[in-house]
Amino acid sequence: MSATTTAPKQDGFSIGRLLLEGRAFFALIAIIAVFSFLSPNYFTLSNLLIMSSQVAIYGILSVGMLLVILNGGIDLSVGSILALCGVCAGAMMQGVTLDFAGVILYPPVWAVVVLTVAIGALVGALNGVLVAFFKVPPFVATLGVMYVARGVALLMTNGLTYNNLRGQEALGNTGFNWLGFNRLWGIPISVIVLAVVATLAGLMLSRSAFGRWLYASGGNERAAELSGVPTRRVKITVYTVSGALAAVAGLVLASQLTSAGPTAGTTYELTAIAAVVIGGAALTGGRGGVRGTMLGAFVIGFLSAGLVIIGVSSYWQTVFTGAVIVLAVLMNSIQYGRGGRKT
Amino acid sequence: MTRQTQGAPDAREVVLAARNVAKSYGNVHALKGVNFDIHRGQVTTLFGENGAGKSTLMKILSGVIQPTTGQIILDGQPVSFANANEARDRGISIIHQELSLAPNLSVRDNIFMGRELRGPMGVDFAAEERQVRALMEELEEEIDPLTPVEELRLGQQQIVEIARALSVDSRILIMDEPTSALSASEVEVLFKVIRDLTARGVSIVYISHHLEEALTITDHAVVLRDGTMTAYAPRADIDLDWIVRNMVGENYDLGQPPDSDKREVALSIRNLSVPDATGKDLVRGLSLDVRAGEIVCIYGLMGAGRTELLETCAGRLRATGGEIVLEGQEISHLSIAERIARGLALVPEDRQRDGLVQTMSVGQNLSLASIRNFTRGLFTSSRAERKLIDDSIRSVTVKTSGGAAPIGSLSGGNQQKVVIGKMLATRPRVIMLDEPSRGIDIGAKAEVFRLLAEGARQGLAVLYSTSEVSECLSIAHRIIVMHKGRISAEFDSTVSKEKIMAASGESVAA
Ligand SMILES: Nc1ncnc2c1ncn2[C@@H]1O[C@H](COP(=O)(O)OP(=O)(O)OP(=O)(O)O)[C@@H](O)[C@H]1O
Ligand SMILES: [Mg+2]
Repeated sequence: MSATTTAPKQDGFSIGRLLLEGRAFFALIAIIAVFSFLSPNYFTLSNLLIMSSQVAIYGILSVGMLLVILNGGIDLSVGSILALCGVCAGAMMQGVTLDFAGVILYPPVWAVVVLTVAIGALVGALNGVLVAFFKVPPFVATLGVMYVARGVALLMTNGLTYNNLRGQEALGNTGFNWLGFNRLWGIPISVIVLAVVATLAGLMLSRSAFGRWLYASGGNERAAELSGVPTRRVKITVYTVSGALAAVAGLVLASQLTSAGPTAGTTYELTAIAAVVIGGAALTGGRGGVRGTMLGAFVIGFLSAGLVIIGVSSYWQTVFTGAVIVLAVLMNSIQYGRGGRKT
Repeated sequence: MTRQTQGAPDAREVVLAARNVAKSYGNVHALKGVNFDIHRGQVTTLFGENGAGKSTLMKILSGVIQPTTGQIILDGQPVSFANANEARDRGISIIHQELSLAPNLSVRDNIFMGRELRGPMGVDFAAEERQVRALMEELEEEIDPLTPVEELRLGQQQIVEIARALSVDSRILIMDEPTSALSASEVEVLFKVIRDLTARGVSIVYISHHLEEALTITDHAVVLRDGTMTAYAPRADIDLDWIVRNMVGENYDLGQPPDSDKREVALSIRNLSVPDATGKDLVRGLSLDVRAGEIVCIYGLMGAGRTELLETCAGRLRATGGEIVLEGQEISHLSIAERIARGLALVPEDRQRDGLVQTMSVGQNLSLASIRNFTRGLFTSSRAERKLIDDSIRSVTVKTSGGAAPIGSLSGGNQQKVVIGKMLATRPRVIMLDEPSRGIDIGAKAEVFRLLAEGARQGLAVLYSTSEVSECLSIAHRIIVMHKGRISAEFDSTVSKEKIMAASGESVAA
């Protein structure tokens, strides 16, 4: 009968808040704890490293995806770019025939890497130009590029897979498998690549003017533009970086498998989006961070690896992953729904 | 502390009351135990500085938010509203300070959003449209019910917001700064509507920072300060002085325009034409020079083309003809960012749409436009940024718990101050302000005027667009009146109010 409401209980409230904000972190801890309990092989150094090197692929993709999502966009083409770049790298490792000169070029591995990343960046830039200059909605633009890139990859290989990427000592192009197999201080190279990418992206987001521009144009593009933010340049840059990172992921994957096929990376874009969302970023743009996204990627990777280890069917894995995503989005809306006043 | 209504001979029946209402957000105490009465068929005005708690109190009374402690009493019965719909069902409706319209929907659909009229074949659009037309007639506006809201000017959107509240037929109508984007003649019309409503027994709560304007309509005045009620009095006992004294504790004089010596031309607009989406010219062949150290006010009605003129100078809109020359250089081909870098800044009119990034903090909003200036190498210097934020918060007197607070936690007027502070932080040589005083209190207005005058003394050129004549008179060296895209008159600061208004095509208010 009275309109009096009780004062919020400070303690309970702040613990709830902590759990909410650190949810991806606690989810990861919970996953590790549960699977360590269920399987003695789960929580071993070697298994953790193996799982991490698998996470690296998704992780690298999801850093690029995070940038695009912070900008208020989405990039559905990363899985296809990954495949296209893998195939391009494969083709270069097999040797590039120059008909007019009648020679076959075998570029050294570093050149293959540079060229492949450049190709990824170029396809990403195409996304960016479509979105920024031709005002194609990101969903549509990247959907189109997703099909085109996949199609080109299939055309290039006729649907086949390049199986021999080792190179030959005589041709001076060995070392491609270094990315996928070697270790530095016991840590797989792919994980180190992920750490470097994530650190650079994190620094850029938190410390550089570009990072601030990205958050601003994702939060309110009109206001950002009127404040002197070069919103088009920001857009093109994030799609380009996302494409380049997809190429890096493609190289790592091809190197891990020592093969490059045109169907690689199918639906990886969805996993990357899921990682970003689980990491607490808002699909409407302007909110999120690298730390969350990394946790999101590890949550997904460690969860599916754990389910494999304890022998759950892959159908159930799909169900679990889906449930985690829905739960994450639910919590995002709780967090952002009550923070600040609605306008 | 205050005179209560009990026993007061002229006190009419209290329909809605707040008793000891308090509201806290964490450590921020927005309201600290307030009593507030709304009388049947009367207008109660609520005065107070930015961040005093006015909007918070109104949101509590209309069920938008719930009080931390305290009671709401409706017709003598304690009630509690879980949400705004419950309050609306009990006859309480609110016009929010910030617009809450869906930009993609039409005027009609916005007005009937959530309570569509049902006919035998689903929604009865024809009946809705008829009602909207009737409302627009009552408000003397020519707004077509089928126009999408995003195509309307800010003031027209505010009219739609008012029409929506009127369409509900409520007993208690709360208006939180309903006139901040309206011109004088539109305010007259609104006041006529308010008088009609009170004659029919509807109770009104009215909030405005236009103090004189509010005084003409009010029956009771209540002053809030820092979340407590500091004064209450019926109309007969108060005047402007009383309000200001109780609001801020001292008297403010908006002052006289500063002296100016004639210097070189800073911004020169030559023969500028700007079309709207349909190709009709909103600005037609306009020429205007602003000198360094000069404060020029552009006065005009809504739709006179002031916003379009300023947005074109800033680089958001493209002109079809004419030149914009900044300190001797043609800048029409430059981007917004390049213009800002050369010292031309715009404080936009619509703070929610064009001014603020809602996902960022107060500090990040303040530093957004000038972040290039403290980038060392690849990274921004966080020390320089923090200093800039602290300086800005102080200089435009933003009331906030700190630079890290979310921008949405600020009161409306304080958000406006952030937009002004953000553009001042770019250290412009020419600053254009489009209705910058929307929603800021009298003290803050004086502070902004002081900053502009100080800047002018050091050579800043100011182009200030306003629809308040008194603002022109207290700050401008020169007053330009715009009417239908052209300059219809030019005055110096000794002109009378009536002359300015007559030149704008406005019927001089009785
Ligand atoms: N969601 C929130 N979180 C934290 N603080 C808030 C929130 N909403 C309001 N406040 C604080 O409550 C105080 C009162 O705000 P309110 O919006 O009621 O002011 P106001 O009197 O309407 O001011 P104005 O004239 O500027 O509109 C302010 O100090 C504001 O910062
Ligand atoms: Mg307010």
